[in-house]
Amino acid sequence: MMVNNPINNKFSQEDEQPNLKIVSNEAKKTVYQTQNLDLWYGDTHALKGIQLDINENEVTAIIGPSGCGKSTYLKTLNRMVELVPSVRTTGEILYRERNILDKEYAVEELRTKVGMVFQKPNPFPKSIYDNIAYGPRIHGIKNRRILDEIVEKSLRGAAIWDEVKDRLHENAYGLSGGQQQRICIARCLAIEPDVILMDEPTSALDPISTLKVEELVQELKKNYSIIIVTHNMQQAARISDKTAFFLNGEVIEYAATDKIFSNPSDKRTEDYVSGRFG
Amino acid sequence: MVGKPGHDKLNVQDLIEQSKNKGAKKFIEKLMPKLLFITALVSVLATVGIVFTLIFETVEFFRRVPFIDYIFGTEWMPFSGTNPTYGILPLIVGTLKVTAIAMAVAVPLGLAAAIYLSEYASESVRKVIKPILEVLAGVPTIVYGFFALTFVTPLLQEIIPGLKIFNALSPGIVVGIMILPTIASLSEDAMSSVPKSMREGALALGSTKLEVALKIVVPAALSGILASAVLGISRAIGETMIVSLAGGATPKFDGQVTDSIQTMTAYIVQVSTGDAGYGTTIYYSIYAVGFTLFIFTLLMNLIAGFISKRFREEY
Amino acid sequence: MNYLHEDRVKKRMASRLIKNKLLKSFFLGATLLSLVVLAILMYRMISQGHAYLNWDFLTNFSSRFPQNAGIKAALIGSLWLLAVVAPVSLLFGVGAAVYLEEYAKKSKLTTFIQMNISNLAGVPSIVFGLLGLTIFVRMLSLGKSVLAAGFTMSLLILPVIIVASQEAIRAVPKDLREASYGMGATKWQTIVKIVLPSAIPGILTGGILALSRAIGETAPLVVLGIPVIIHFLPEGLLSEFTALPMQIFDWAKRPQEEFQYVAAAGILVLMIVLVIMNSVAIIIRNKFSKRY
Repeated sequence: MMVNNPINNKFSQEDEQPNLKIVSNEAKKTVYQTQNLDLWYGDTHALKGIQLDINENEVTAIIGPSGCGKSTYLKTLNRMVELVPSVRTTGEILYRERNILDKEYAVEELRTKVGMVFQKPNPFPKSIYDNIAYGPRIHGIKNRRILDEIVEKSLRGAAIWDEVKDRLHENAYGLSGGQQQRICIARCLAIEPDVILMDEPTSALDPISTLKVEELVQELKKNYSIIIVTHNMQQAARISDKTAFFLNGEVIEYAATDKIFSNPSDKRTEDYVSGRFG
Repeated sequence: MVGKPGHDKLNVQDLIEQSKNKGAKKFIEKLMPKLLFITALVSVLATVGIVFTLIFETVEFFRRVPFIDYIFGTEWMPFSGTNPTYGILPLIVGTLKVTAIAMAVAVPLGLAAAIYLSEYASESVRKVIKPILEVLAGVPTIVYGFFALTFVTPLLQEIIPGLKIFNALSPGIVVGIMILPTIASLSEDAMSSVPKSMREGALALGSTKLEVALKIVVPAALSGILASAVLGISRAIGETMIVSLAGGATPKFDGQVTDSIQTMTAYIVQVSTGDAGYGTTIYYSIYAVGFTLFIFTLLMNLIAGFISKRFREEY
Repeated sequence: MNYLHEDRVKKRMASRLIKNKLLKSFFLGATLLSLVVLAILMYRMISQGHAYLNWDFLTNFSSRFPQNAGIKAALIGSLWLLAVVAPVSLLFGVGAAVYLEEYAKKSKLTTFIQMNISNLAGVPSIVFGLLGLTIFVRMLSLGKSVLAAGFTMSLLILPVIIVASQEAIRAVPKDLREASYGMGATKWQTIVKIVLPSAIPGILTGGILALSRAIGETAPLVVLGIPVIIHFLPEGLLSEFTALPMQIFDWAKRPQEEFQYVAAAGILVLMIVLVIMNSVAIIIRNKFSKRY
């Protein structure tokens, strides 16, 4: 196995490489480096000169009022933003040292490494099993035994195995909203991505389901780098290590979550986190 | 819990890397849009084929029959051995008679049904009626033709003593019944999309449902209603089997509706079921008539499209 | 100042309410008329045709004598026609719909194709017959074969299938596509594995309705010159054949009164075929109806 590749060995690293990722606190590696990113939707300048480095095995929260560009930024990280016609970008986003905005970089390859969980639970109208197996299958894994294994592991990873193990072949639409969202997380885990992007993953969920997803995020951070967009400031404070505050397409402040919420440097951040606007 | 560390050594990203078949994938991604584009072009080719066919054969027809005689001629007697004449007007008149009668039946009844369904009927009634309208729209025209000939004509003969067995009235009425569902359901769609708030505004002023329907909803949905009527005209003009079975084969340039007529479509059928050989003037004449028919219906379709686009209501 | 006089309003109120009632009954009557017509139509066909509708009718070829006339050649011929029209029209119809909904960019060409489809839908069926006669029967020398008629009918229902498929594809929620792209799926994978499976009930429902139109259409077959007196079954796609509506048309035109009953029996067979096809469409619609 390629021991020195941090993308590998998601599930086996702890017995073979027990200390590679989890230990060193002071010098965490960066997964994403954003440099001078500008983005336009037609004539609308949606992101302005974004500079942001994101560390691995951390939860990075992105907060800000609606329309501040936080979702746009997240969707730029796996280039889903390109689904909107007339999008234009300048600048660089380095993912593991490669510029993903380079047209040579195949989006399919990028999205295989960078998973995404959406605002509204969006399972496919298929069985739970087929939902989870979708990713591995499209990437050419057909062996039934391996698929079975991946499905179980992913569902366990998303803390929903016990709830669905007896109904794997039932339609995922029969599940509750919170369960559906955890199925979507499991579906994302099935290809063992390096990074997981979460776009307001709890905004459509009830408080109890929200809590479950938040606990799950804490758990996942041991093995994945997570970037989460949220409009819920308490949530950002509860689960994230670092927080970036976006306003009008700009990064106003980016620091450790504690600092953002207790002692922000910028007046606008303070106004926002104390609930004076947004 | 995550990944049950230490349990096994499955690594999905490795497996993905191994099973990658990039070349084939890329090839398919490039190829499919092109193949699909070709399938989309088939419909264009069909139109080109229709126009090409009609023009090509019609030009041959006009080599034999002067254009002016065709357009302004009031006598259509292609089977006359000594002196065949090809004046299209009788066929057009026959077509217009049937169309006018059909519209006189279909527009008021279709509109009334649409008003009932959209303004008065409960959801459950609508759920029963709409499928029935769909079934009625799906009955093959040959069945309607047979119905006109064997039921409607004898019935009308009881009422109108002078009515011939082939006439314009009976097929006209039946064509009207045939297009009624189309007009009703398209008009109903237009009326249903008038916002509820407009109705509520009028009802709150003390209007009756009828006043709401006639003074608020119908005017607001007028473009959709008009478009549905024009589409109905187009279908009536192009209708073939009903007029072939019940209309007769006597092209006449007059205004009566109780005697045998011939429409453009019925003429094409008459020639097709007869034994006019390939290459005869009669053979080419069906293309000239078909072209005329095509222009009429195309015009109607363009008008309908124009009405619904130009006067689309913004709520 | 009082513009509204209470007694005047009251006086008018009665007549307004009566008008409302009266016209409501008229509207209801117009709506029920279609039901009545359908009932009369079915009653007529059954009462006229039932006596002739028996096993011999299904297994005999047509005949000059009404009592011997059967519909075998036409019934089998229609099934052959269906066997050509179904794959051809679905392949090209769904293909075009996928292209227009998933790949086509907003361009003049796309607008043109789309406009062309809606105009094609308005072309009378008999004109498609003229197209088929020139292109398929003569130019490609397919003769009055199953294939020539099948191609003609496929073109006739193509616009209906395209539009129905486009609607079904458009109804597939955007977030399902996003989820698939988000896993690193390619566009084609997303179409094949997510979009089409979700759209298939709508496509099939619309497709079967279009196919039943092709089965019931007469005019194009008449123009193609499809024969009616045929005493053999098609042996291949290039065989001559006849079809249900052609056979009915021929019987309906005959002067002997008995042939009207034969025609009615033929109509019953045609209607049964159509009812079966529509039931299949309804079953598909109900079985696969999905919540998103």
